[in-house]
Amino acid sequence: MLSQSTRYFVPQPSTWPIFGSFALLSMALGAASWFNGVGWGKFLVFVGLAILFYMLAGWFTTVAHESEGGQYNKQVDGSFRWGMGWFIFSEVMFFGAFFGALFYMRTISIPDLGNLESQQLIWPGFKPSWPTGGPGLGEQFTPMEAWGIPALNTLILLTSGATVTWAHWGLLKNNRSQLIWGLALTVFLGMMFLIFQAYEYIHAYSELNLKLTMGAYGSTFYMLTGFHGFHVTVGTIMLTVILFRSVAGHFRPEHHFGFEGVAWYWHFVDVVWLGLFIFVYWL
Amino acid sequence: MEAAHGHGYGHDEHAHHPSGLMRWVTTTNHKDIGTLYLWFSFSMFIVGGILALMLRAELFQPGLQLWEPHFFNQLTTMHGLIMVFGAIMPAFVGFANWQVPLMIGAPDMAFARMNNWSFWLLPPAAILLVTSFFVPGGATAAGWTLYAPLSTQMGPGMDLAIFALHIMGASSIMGSINIITTILNMRAPGMTLMKMPLFVWTWLITAYLLIAVMPVLAGAVTMVLTDRHFGTTFFNAAGGGDPVMFQHIFWFFGHPEVYIMILPAFGIVSQIVPAFARKPLFGYSSMVYATSSIAILSFIVWAHHMFTVGMPAASQLFFMYATMLIAVPTGVKVFNWIATMWKGSMTFETPMLFACGFIFVFSMGGFTGLVLAITPIDIQLQDTYYVVAHFHYVLVAGSLFAIFGGVYYWLPKWTGHMYNETLGKVHFWLTMIFFNVTFFPMHFSGLAGMPRRVPDYALQFADFNMLSTIGAFGFGLSQMLFLYVVVTCIRGGAKAPDKVWEGAQGLEWTVPSPAPYHTFEIPPVVK
Repeated sequence: MLSQSTRYFVPQPSTWPIFGSFALLSMALGAASWFNGVGWGKFLVFVGLAILFYMLAGWFTTVAHESEGGQYNKQVDGSFRWGMGWFIFSEVMFFGAFFGALFYMRTISIPDLGNLESQQLIWPGFKPSWPTGGPGLGEQFTPMEAWGIPALNTLILLTSGATVTWAHWGLLKNNRSQLIWGLALTVFLGMMFLIFQAYEYIHAYSELNLKLTMGAYGSTFYMLTGFHGFHVTVGTIMLTVILFRSVAGHFRPEHHFGFEGVAWYWHFVDVVWLGLFIFVYWL
Repeated sequence: MEAAHGHGYGHDEHAHHPSGLMRWVTTTNHKDIGTLYLWFSFSMFIVGGILALMLRAELFQPGLQLWEPHFFNQLTTMHGLIMVFGAIMPAFVGFANWQVPLMIGAPDMAFARMNNWSFWLLPPAAILLVTSFFVPGGATAAGWTLYAPLSTQMGPGMDLAIFALHIMGASSIMGSINIITTILNMRAPGMTLMKMPLFVWTWLITAYLLIAVMPVLAGAVTMVLTDRHFGTTFFNAAGGGDPVMFQHIFWFFGHPEVYIMILPAFGIVSQIVPAFARKPLFGYSSMVYATSSIAILSFIVWAHHMFTVGMPAASQLFFMYATMLIAVPTGVKVFNWIATMWKGSMTFETPMLFACGFIFVFSMGGFTGLVLAITPIDIQLQDTYYVVAHFHYVLVAGSLFAIFGGVYYWLPKWTGHMYNETLGKVHFWLTMIFFNVTFFPMHFSGLAGMPRRVPDYALQFADFNMLSTIGAFGFGLSQMLFLYVVVTCIRGGAKAPDKVWEGAQGLEWTVPSPAPYHTFEIPPVVK
């Protein structure tokens, strides 16, 4: 490891961003076509996704090499800390929009649909309660029970928060095997969570008749858990990358924000899950 | 543009820069990226302006002359989206890119490569928006607010607009994280927070607002997308959702968005006024606190955009009073600018003309805002041309005038040349006069009840509309003069000194003009 640079690191001109822009343009055009029944739209989405993954892999490899090459001094490290913190804040607000929709439906729009006026004029006989698919839903569904798989998943995610911290302690003590085992365990738990989540979705569709189209409950349930599941997937991929980097000998006790950033993200995903467990599954 | 990097290639590590188009595609330099943002913004300003002139051409006389009503609605919608997300916001990000590192003594932005991506996400978004005119059903015609259930019903143009908003949101969030990190982590030694130039302060707060609300917009349009294609019922009452919920979520984004478009303008004016009054800014710390108060209040006033959709009287009262509270910090700012001018040695070069024009005309927009804040009056004026007049007074005479002022103020620093002062002044007066010719009559037609977003109108509004249309075409043509002044300034002109304006303060005036490609690689020490 080289000594740290005194100057703030300003990267050379890079072609990675423009790859990302082409990827997103292709995905957007493709998805807009696909959703409106144009055949080649799907193809365009996958091309865009492939370019996006190529770009992300290349870009992050560059960053990892720069970091291990000692080009990031303390000030750059500080920038990464601020940047990651604000990024997580933006994610909190993203989830906030969907939680807001859930709270709005439960406390305002559904009671409103069942008040005397709506009941008599528009939706005769609608009894506002939760869970519900709304007054116009013709089908029946069974809501998700909190104290089965969701509770197990809560336990899994909380444990994974502990294992990633244990891995961090290993890194700080320069105990590499503790670092690697801790990360491997965390990745394993993340995957377990996703498998259980997938099983839960299949169960919901095949046995509970709980689908995305089941009105207010189905919309909020799948939007919130799906968006969170997407974040767990991204987090697990990030943890896997960090695991491989650790195996390759990256990170030192005094310089490892790549690790910490992922750990922060993982804890954030964990906390969001607690909110989901309470407000989507339990209450 | 070429002049902006005349020298400063002193370091061998920067020797292998790509040239030509690839220089701009791959650049990680904050000045290059700032330039890209500003040119992108100007081109979108032209596109959005042409759409506006198409609207005004139809409204020149009552009756339907040029466009089908549905196409008229597309024009209205796309004019709004393109001006907000394509013209005004990128212009301010361009200023931030150029000026924030120069003003705080940083070598570049904190994340220079991501900075490039923030910019290069905008052209794809613009392509999506412009393409949407040519798909079946045309562009989205739901208004820039994309209210459900209109937005849950339209054709593929709506999907393109949704994805464009996602991409522009990603761009804004990355850009803001970059700016906020640069300001918090890259200040030169001695540049404490309370010594920062006010432009930097306003951008710090703006970046915070952007990070807080752009994800909320992304969430809102994502729910529109799933309602459209995947059978969710967020905005459908039959499934327990509510179209009004879209308005709540949208305006929770939308109101802070309004301040995102005006706070950097306040910052620019707060740089210009002291320079040409040759006095330090009056009440610097109160300006900082006022900016912060506006940001905090912006989160609790959103429902004043929707007084007529139905809400409890207590909510109406709350949002009315909260909205009126915003007049207090805004008033603090206006009085501080005036107090800065008081007994100053004033001169009126073009930047100062735009700053004074800003204070005068923006304040009028602020007053009509207060009128609209009052619930019973708003219920009369909702969706009339009075509202159109109001927000163009704050967005054109506010944000756009400040952008023009900022361009004239810093252009000599960017290009190394003085612009043509006479033509600059002509540009200001043409802009100022035609702006008022266009938008002042809208107050009257609105008060008399002319609804907005409608291609036809009753006969009694004919004179006001004809006047507005004449003003709009004059306004549009005047901007060609602006382009001419800027291009001639880039290509040549009198050599600009390091400190371009006698009374200007700040680190950006300590570097040569044009600013070298790399500045403050060794941080300056601020006393």
